[in-house]
Amino acid sequence: MRVTQTLGAQSSIPAAREITTKPRRSDQVFRFIVTAGGMSSLVILGLIAFFLSLKGFSVLREEQWSFLTESRWEVLQDGEGKIESSTFGIGAMLVGTFIGAFIAIIVGVPIAVLSALYLTFYARGPVKKFLISVIDLMAAFPSLLFGFWAFIVFMASAEYWAKLINKYLGFIPLFDVPAPFFERSPFIAGLVLAVMIIPIVTAISREVFDQTPLDRIQAAYALGASKLAMIRAVVIPYGRGGIVGGAMLGLGRAMGETVAVYTVLNVVYQINWQILFGAGGNVASLILLKFGEAGPDEVDALMAAGLVLFLLTLTVNALSDVLINRFGKKGR
Amino acid sequence: MQTTPSSLASVAGNRTQRVPGTNLLGTGLETRGVHAWFGKKHVLSDVSLDFAAGTVTALIGPSGCGKSTFIRTLNRMHEFIPTAALAGQVLLDGKDIYESGTDVTKIRLRVGMVFQKPNPFPSMTIGENVLSGLKLAQLKRSNTDDLLESCLVRAGLWSEVKDRLGEHGGALSGGQQQRLCIARALAVEPQVLLMDEPCSALDPGSTFRIEETISELAKTMTIVIVTHNMQQAARVSDYTAFFLSDGGPGVMVETAPTNKIFSSPEDQRTEDYVTGRFG
Amino acid sequence: MTQSAIPTPQTPWAVSPQQRIATGSLIALGAILAGIVVKTTGLSGKLGFAVSFFFFAALLIFIQQLRLRDLAAAKDSLLNSFALLGITLTLIPIASIVSTVVIRGYGGISFGIFTEDMTQASVNDPVDSGGLLHALLGTLIIVGVALIISFPIGLLTALYLTEIRGTLTRPIKFLVQAMSGVPSIVAGLFILSILIIPVTQEQTGLMASLALCILMIPTIARTAEEMLLLIPNELREAGVALGATQWRAVAGVVVPAARSGLVTAIILGVARVIGETAPLLLVSGGADALNLNPTSGAMGSLPFYIWKAFLTGGTQEAYARAWGGMLVLLVLIVSLFVLARYFSGRRVN
Repeated sequence: MRVTQTLGAQSSIPAAREITTKPRRSDQVFRFIVTAGGMSSLVILGLIAFFLSLKGFSVLREEQWSFLTESRWEVLQDGEGKIESSTFGIGAMLVGTFIGAFIAIIVGVPIAVLSALYLTFYARGPVKKFLISVIDLMAAFPSLLFGFWAFIVFMASAEYWAKLINKYLGFIPLFDVPAPFFERSPFIAGLVLAVMIIPIVTAISREVFDQTPLDRIQAAYALGASKLAMIRAVVIPYGRGGIVGGAMLGLGRAMGETVAVYTVLNVVYQINWQILFGAGGNVASLILLKFGEAGPDEVDALMAAGLVLFLLTLTVNALSDVLINRFGKKGR
Repeated sequence: MQTTPSSLASVAGNRTQRVPGTNLLGTGLETRGVHAWFGKKHVLSDVSLDFAAGTVTALIGPSGCGKSTFIRTLNRMHEFIPTAALAGQVLLDGKDIYESGTDVTKIRLRVGMVFQKPNPFPSMTIGENVLSGLKLAQLKRSNTDDLLESCLVRAGLWSEVKDRLGEHGGALSGGQQQRLCIARALAVEPQVLLMDEPCSALDPGSTFRIEETISELAKTMTIVIVTHNMQQAARVSDYTAFFLSDGGPGVMVETAPTNKIFSSPEDQRTEDYVTGRFG
Repeated sequence: MTQSAIPTPQTPWAVSPQQRIATGSLIALGAILAGIVVKTTGLSGKLGFAVSFFFFAALLIFIQQLRLRDLAAAKDSLLNSFALLGITLTLIPIASIVSTVVIRGYGGISFGIFTEDMTQASVNDPVDSGGLLHALLGTLIIVGVALIISFPIGLLTALYLTEIRGTLTRPIKFLVQAMSGVPSIVAGLFILSILIIPVTQEQTGLMASLALCILMIPTIARTAEEMLLLIPNELREAGVALGATQWRAVAGVVVPAARSGLVTAIILGVARVIGETAPLLLVSGGADALNLNPTSGAMGSLPFYIWKAFLTGGTQEAYARAWGGMLVLLVLIVSLFVLARYFSGRRVN
């Protein structure tokens, strides 16, 4: 009885009034325009997906899953240049895309995190400011620059590493080569991609590290922690989400990279797991390679390849968003 | 209640005075002519103070008088600020902690610190938080369960958290978090505990619990506490030092047993402050 | 009170000269050991030396810390060594890239390249014939048109995220981020599929601008959002409290207050796309002749010019031409960057 009574008493508390104001006409227009502009990203992404699907649909319907798994890209023509049959599959290029991007992440992310740690916790004063500007600038360098630099300058050093790895770790199938041809390999392309994502991942990690709450850092130091112990106990738990997000962003960048990979890599149409050998591929560079001489049918196939690449990078981005939100909460 | 000298003095007089040297806790902490700077700004001038082992000393004074800067020179947290500079000596058991070749992490193990805002490590559980000092300083202890319990008991938190040691530190109330931070500081067994306005972010009830804890802890260690709250200084401390800045660097105006500071201070400025005429 | 003797400020925690000498000599010893290793084992050349040098220097410092202090300190020194290694590995490529471009590009720069196009010359001709006027102006036009389209859209998106804060804020934020991850070649394919193939049938400067918009909008939107978030809320409330409509508060108070921030957003957006190559290869046509009309006919651009000289040439002259173009591009990017720093620095004051 008592309970019901108190419940009854509670119900007499009035419901909260909703505070409403009728926006003025100018504000309604303003809000409409801004909201419309805000939707632009949604509209553009939707249009990209729609039009690439539209153009690539016929090829995808014909090839079905083999478009992703097959590794042939052939257009057979008769004597007069009429197309007899065509087969499109981007299997090798997909594998190449993943190989290159993973090498980039494995090499690039540790270096980037270490240099972000250096910038946040070791560098001081004007040196710190200068280094941060330089790295931010490097993040804005066009891929053309990286590609040609890699081709002319970097290739020789990368080959040195490839030979060294092959010499001592060649018994592992991944590092074996069918012939001593180390130039323009997926390994080298992966290293170039690593160089390209390092400034991006460094910048993001540094920003996250910078936001580590000062009171926690002080608490760790006051307990007799060394810098290493402080970073492990405070900075890493706090910044984990940011690092993972930055790495994923780098992964997306590396998977979609066209010009640099095209310049460095020897694009060959077969799945190549021997990363030190000079043959590989990547979806984006395939599009560039085939676009020049492609007929209408083949352009449709390239659109389908573009759609796959688009969805792939979109997935990676979505994943990075989820990871940042999940890991990010812990330690904050 | 009106803050008058007589009431503060009665608060201070009502508590039993600890006499330095009755406990065998080492010779304590002494400072000799400590100055501090941030960049070109001279913020603290010529402070010489003795903190006898096994006593509680309160540092009082208006904002910006250098008392927080001073307490941070005592465990070398001062140098955490990039532009910081210093002169003078801080002697722990007669040995200068700023002497070259001294390992700063070892100093901070012997002189623990509790901050204004409770700052448990949110990525660790309550139990891990208490023992985090061992991990951070890479100390080996065999019986960590006993240590965990004794630290929480001394910090007055054991009964409240003994069934939820696996929960995250952030789940506790502000006052509990602060006592968790005290327990965390105790786990590395420091000789001296510095407290920089430990209650300023807490409600009166939590403040009371922490003051109780301080009184308990003073039996086994030396405590230095910075406080804005003169009532608190009168309640918990054996000695009180009054800091003041007249726009220039902060100086220590006067130090004396707490009941003397609040009943018959020697300096006019101290009297003005403790009677609430400014500050 | 004695005011006479104020001692000099000291920093007893700073690294002492003796420690510096000790560390320095350990590093020197590491170099010597590395030299011996390079001479005697298979690790050869500059790279071999660098690796063994790092290994020995880090190891020696580790041992020193272990003997002087303890294991915790030794491990800490290892992190220091690795952090230094990380920043070094990050900086070597940028130093190498900039010096390569400057050294190789210097020979490809002459006054003539800013006054001539490539109608009278082929990429393999000596550098003093022909030039990149068409490419430079083409890039400026393409990027300029892209900016005119992207800036309003980017700003509106940023305003939606900061001023309206509707229910879609979170999804829009995500979509903007997703859009910044769209590969540039996909942007080119998209313009091809939506406009060039079904409608215009012609590769023009405008098409290139539209492709670049897709890459530019997210950069502008995100930077502008950051800049607008820096505007204190009191300013907005002050505007509204004075009886202004939200529209007037935003247009009259918030946006003007963020002016230099928005300039930064523009500059970073331009820097993001100015060297973009892949979409231009698909949609711009890449003319050799000067064409100032973005709506008709192929249009040249710096990235296209460099690409063409590099891939279709093969002679020293073609390379010199490409590196010269690259130097011009790099100078443009660096200047944009310095400008962005200047404007975003002003925001703080």
